[in-house]
Amino acid sequence: MVTRGFFSGRRPPSDTDARIPPGQYLEQGFPVLSAGPTPRVRTEDWSFTLKQGPKPIKKWNWAEFNALPQSKMTRDIHCVTAWTKFNTPWQGVMIDDILADAGIEPPTAYTLALSFDGYSTNVPTKDLVTGKAMVALLYEGKPITPDHGGPARLLVPHLYFWKSAKWVNGLQFTERDEPGFWELRGYHMYGDPWREQRYSSDL
Amino acid sequence: MSAEPSPQSPWQAATITRIEKRTPRVTSFWFQPSRPFAHLAGQHVDIRLTAPDGYQARRSYSIASAPEAGGGVELAIERLDDGEVSPFFHDVAAVGDEIELRGPLGGHFIWEEGDGGPILLVGGGSGVVPLMAMVRHRTLRNKAVPVALVFSVRIWDEVIFRDELIGLDDRRDGFDLVLTLTREPARRPSDYSRRVDARMMAQAVERLPKAPKLTYLCGSNAFVSAAADALIGVGVPSEIIRTERYGV
Ligand SMILES: Cc1cc2nc3c(=O)[nH]c(=O)nc-3n(C[C@H](O)[C@H](O)[C@H](O)COP(=O)(O)OP(=O)(O)OC[C@H]3O[C@@H](n4cnc5c(N)ncnc54)[C@H](O)[C@@H]3O)c2cc1C
Repeated sequence: MVTRGFFSGRRPPSDTDARIPPGQYLEQGFPVLSAGPTPRVRTEDWSFTLKQGPKPIKKWNWAEFNALPQSKMTRDIHCVTAWTKFNTPWQGVMIDDILADAGIEPPTAYTLALSFDGYSTNVPTKDLVTGKAMVALLYEGKPITPDHGGPARLLVPHLYFWKSAKWVNGLQFTERDEPGFWELRGYHMYGDPWREQRYSSDL
Repeated sequence: MSAEPSPQSPWQAATITRIEKRTPRVTSFWFQPSRPFAHLAGQHVDIRLTAPDGYQARRSYSIASAPEAGGGVELAIERLDDGEVSPFFHDVAAVGDEIELRGPLGGHFIWEEGDGGPILLVGGGSGVVPLMAMVRHRTLRNKAVPVALVFSVRIWDEVIFRDELIGLDDRRDGFDLVLTLTREPARRPSDYSRRVDARMMAQAVERLPKAPKLTYLCGSNAFVSAAADALIGVGVPSEIIRTERYGV
């Protein structure tokens, strides 16, 4: 449906068009969205736990986690509130390297990312491995600010950005695809920006 | 001509039935969706504008009307002069126009009468919109729930829903309005003339007959962060604080 009188728009330059998923617009800033107050997690109190169901597999403290091999990823990110930001530079530990350090292969097909503030989001395990995702520790070369999920956040850049859980403190492998906090509240189970999977009613 | 939306499409055409200027920068628009829906206080809709060449812009807007209010869905949109979507509403949209909308959306920043109270609402600028839906819902359904609303704007003339809010405050039935003007002197005894801070939050909590059961903060990210820090600083548990951030 064409909207009467809506002409100008703010079209992205044609060379960037192909990088902007449907319904998204290009944002220069870095907006902040979250469900509650920003938790202040001190690195002394920080830890990261891999679990299978309720059972812990391995736990790292901040120093141990920072000693794991670190990689860089510069990616476009897409927020469900319709902004897209190009070339965001992150550094952290690839999920592959976390699993290698724990000495395991992914035990189940589904994963819940868990956060310090009690939130969670589900991601299929295959979307976390083979170089697709990391636990990010740095943004633009500096520690991630608390507003943006620091000390550490998940980064799954090919899915809508709520899947990149802020203040992440663990991954839990699950037998079934279990909805997380946002998915229980109407957001899509998978969240592919290129298929506009924003809300649970989207196919 | 535009194609009929498929039956499964979450998008639908909604007709603008009424437009009312609220403040110099904020105007309310009432929409009659072609497929009416029930919403909860605090939810939002997404709006999608389509140019003739197919280019689309979409944004989220909170619903200001109470779930039980008839007369369509009210959105209150603040004009950002260099914005893309909000100036379209202020300069172009007219009664009778059809706009594409989907919703209701959002399952967290909501308050239903059954959730109980007391509740503390803290809004900055257009962040008051979803809080207004909660205040109206309370008025229409469950006056027993004590509610305090702290509403921060720059100047008196930017107090969105001012007459309605002051009218509700004057009833003294458990709804308490606190305005804080950041760039003008306060006008009413209960009001402030500064930015939201810990002392103001402590006093807002004291206005309620007992500690709040839930707290809702909405506005720009900077506003929400400052209000959340102030509340946590005076001992409000972070688990009862829900936030909606309008982004930058
Ligand atoms: C859940 C939710 C509920 C909301 N509810 C409301 C509500 O009830 N009322 C309300 O008024 N708003 C609400 N908002 C905000 C709303 O969605 C829009 O963000 C707002 O209206 C601005 O949109 P815009 O298109 O006018 O401005 P945008 O075009 O998005 O620009 C916003 C600002 O960013 C700058 N900007 C960004 N990109 C560019 C660029 N490429 N070129 C130039 N400038 C740029 C502009 O300076 C402008 O001031 C809500 C947001 C959310 C997430």
